[in-house]
Amino acid sequence: METLDATRAHEIAAEAAGERVSSRWEEPPGLFGWVATVDHKRIGRRYLVTAALYFTLAGLEALIMRTQLAAPDAGLVPPEVYDQLFSLHGTAMIFLFATPMLFGFGNFLFPLMLGTRDMAFPRLNAFGYWVFAAAGLLMFVSLLFGAAPNGGWFSYVPLTSLRYSEGANLDVYTLGLLFLGVSTTAGAINFICTALKLRAPGMTLNRVPVFVWALVVTSFMVVFALPPLNTANLLLFLDRRFGTNFFDTTAGGDAVLWQHLFWLFGHPDVYIIVLPALGIVSSIVPVFSRRPIAAYSLIVLATVATGVISFGVWVHHMFAVGLPPLSLTFFSAASIVVTIPAGIQIFSWVGTMLMGRVVLGVPMLWAAGFIVVFVLGGVTGVMFAIVPFDQQVTDSYFVVAHFHYVLFGGAVFPIIGGLFHWWPKFTGTMWNERAGRWSFWLVFAGFNLTFFPMHISGLLGMPRRVYTFPSGLGWELWSLLSTVGAYLLAAGLLCTLLTLWHAHRRGPAAPADPWGGETLEWATASPPKPYNFAVIPTVHSLHPLWDARTLASFAEGARSESRVLADGHLVLRTSELDGEPEHPLEMPEHSVLPFLSAAALFLTVLSLLFGWYVAAGVFAAATAFTVMGWLWPWEKAQA
Amino acid sequence: MTVITGVTEPEALASEPPGRTPAWWGMVLFVATEATLFACLLASYYYLRFLTVGEWPPPGIKKPELAKPLGMTALLLLSSGWMVWADWAVRHNRKRTLRVTLAFTVLFGAGFLTLQGTEYLTKLEEFTYATNAYGSLFYVITGFHGMHVFTGLVMLSFTLVAALAGKFSHRHHKRVRIVSFYWHFVDGIWLAILFTVYISPRL
Repeated sequence: METLDATRAHEIAAEAAGERVSSRWEEPPGLFGWVATVDHKRIGRRYLVTAALYFTLAGLEALIMRTQLAAPDAGLVPPEVYDQLFSLHGTAMIFLFATPMLFGFGNFLFPLMLGTRDMAFPRLNAFGYWVFAAAGLLMFVSLLFGAAPNGGWFSYVPLTSLRYSEGANLDVYTLGLLFLGVSTTAGAINFICTALKLRAPGMTLNRVPVFVWALVVTSFMVVFALPPLNTANLLLFLDRRFGTNFFDTTAGGDAVLWQHLFWLFGHPDVYIIVLPALGIVSSIVPVFSRRPIAAYSLIVLATVATGVISFGVWVHHMFAVGLPPLSLTFFSAASIVVTIPAGIQIFSWVGTMLMGRVVLGVPMLWAAGFIVVFVLGGVTGVMFAIVPFDQQVTDSYFVVAHFHYVLFGGAVFPIIGGLFHWWPKFTGTMWNERAGRWSFWLVFAGFNLTFFPMHISGLLGMPRRVYTFPSGLGWELWSLLSTVGAYLLAAGLLCTLLTLWHAHRRGPAAPADPWGGETLEWATASPPKPYNFAVIPTVHSLHPLWDARTLASFAEGARSESRVLADGHLVLRTSELDGEPEHPLEMPEHSVLPFLSAAALFLTVLSLLFGWYVAAGVFAAATAFTVMGWLWPWEKAQA
Repeated sequence: MTVITGVTEPEALASEPPGRTPAWWGMVLFVATEATLFACLLASYYYLRFLTVGEWPPPGIKKPELAKPLGMTALLLLSSGWMVWADWAVRHNRKRTLRVTLAFTVLFGAGFLTLQGTEYLTKLEEFTYATNAYGSLFYVITGFHGMHVFTGLVMLSFTLVAALAGKFSHRHHKRVRIVSFYWHFVDGIWLAILFTVYISPRL
């Protein structure tokens, strides 16, 4: 028997069946095809590009803020503008960059890693993208009209009540986030259903890649964590627009209710952002350590445990509010416990590296840099779980330093590492190694120079969210260092962008499997064909491409119609736990209706924002009708 | 291999294939997230209620009457019963029964909304959503549920039209099952609302 590798296995399958399958997976060309596409790879790339654009815009806001804070008593932007800059920066980075960016990875990679041809709900996927893009547009355009959110990213009442915040700023926030929530929820449900029902045969639950596990846990968290946020935003919108009294203490309401609802979402959301990023690290580390990941079961259990425990720690954001001490003790303990599963994952990566032979390629550099930065963020995180310490540094720059170490370190480093890792799959091109290394070291240095001094200025008492500060408080040096670091960081990110852009335009063509990867996506063309796999493989282990039987299944399957599935736009439906084949599933093809219903929903939200309630009703009805056209059973039932 | 040929051969294709579809799971998860939303609203109710010192409802508002909401409850539960029948009918290929039972499901659901409208007219004379937090909770929780009933009615009517167009049979019934899942959820969550908004202030 001939020795197979991933490239050869994929070529055999493509030669045997590629042409027949291909004719079933074509999409129309031109503008119509661009709007109507439901190809998960095109949608995934759109998510990545759009989220990167919003990251850039929110980053530029941060750069303006750092410029303002370079020296005491500076007057680059007035306080009203500064308020909008930091509020929109936080809101955009959390909601419009981190989650959608990771959903972009998921959209592109899920079907490829699972060995299938599309997401479970391709049209819902397209709809989710358009809604996300429109929500971001709404938020960023509002800045041009001075109407961007200006109550901080967590928008505490009573500051954000109508009495203290007139103007449309907070309505943009509440409606924009409710609108975006539709997209996030739809995406999460899509991920779970895809992972449950469309895995390649033989991929039992204990053979599911860690990245898929991570994003599935994230998706379950979205399903249960977004409702409190949506409730909070709905109630705040009603309070502001129609005069209900949910948060009005003088009429029986309560301001702290907002904080409970918000953080009941807000803390799980930290893990919603971080877990899939950790999943990216778990994909990079084994490939570049040339061995399977250490303690697979533990890392999966740790991911699930993090997801569950994270719902019991929200009050640690409220230690300084004045809640009863007994409840603080409980949440303090829970906040210490939640660090244990994170620690398990760290040890698993370190163990994998120690026991393997590390190839320090560019993606691995980002993964290693992530471990360093994320551990530092974790150390300050444990400090916050201690109530007296938390009460001392709350709302100071120490907090800003902490959550940038966690979120920039825990999400942006893995995301950029992931971009380098999968760039050959995303675009079919290879980047320049030297430029990649320069990007990493510039970002790593710039990041630490920006955010490490904030620990110190925070301990020296500098409060967050001040638009300027007087001299003589000992903050000048640290603040200036942060600003210098911010420009260095921006240079590093620009270098990253140019490296990837250059690869895309001029880079050499990528082979199918440049790194000798372990998961199924590396057994497709670079970039993958619209149908992904000409032959649906049978998975025999956790490392399908390092396993001769799985590789052989590409050639064996080519002789079987039930694995080629060329009689239609078909995928294979398998059982939830054991990945036993159940039935071929006819998938929806391209359609313009998802775009139209997203557009109608966007117009509904805009009408609500401007208070045109009749128009809102008309557009809501239009949304309903496009959805009905989308869901109507067009095929005739056979008698 | 035998497993696959087993499920792709003509006999296997003659009835609905085994196993849950992604669409079924999609509805389960959608209902899960919706249920969490209602849980948050009801939690907000209890939070504000137990924070309030003194009477609940606040002075000037009578304790809620139970006769009409219990009638509304009966209508919703009966409509769920019709829905169960419709689900049975489509799986046994009784197409006429399917149409009739779906129509009755819609009718009873619409009856619920009508009664809720008259309930609002009575209550609005006493207090509005802007009177105090109690009023806000009352109208927003029941109104939000009413919107879900309305959405459910749209889904049911859509299914009824598809049934009239002959889209369903014992081999194509998954859509009916999925819609019924949502409808039972909307009816079930009403019981939690009935208890919270109407019964708990009397306890």
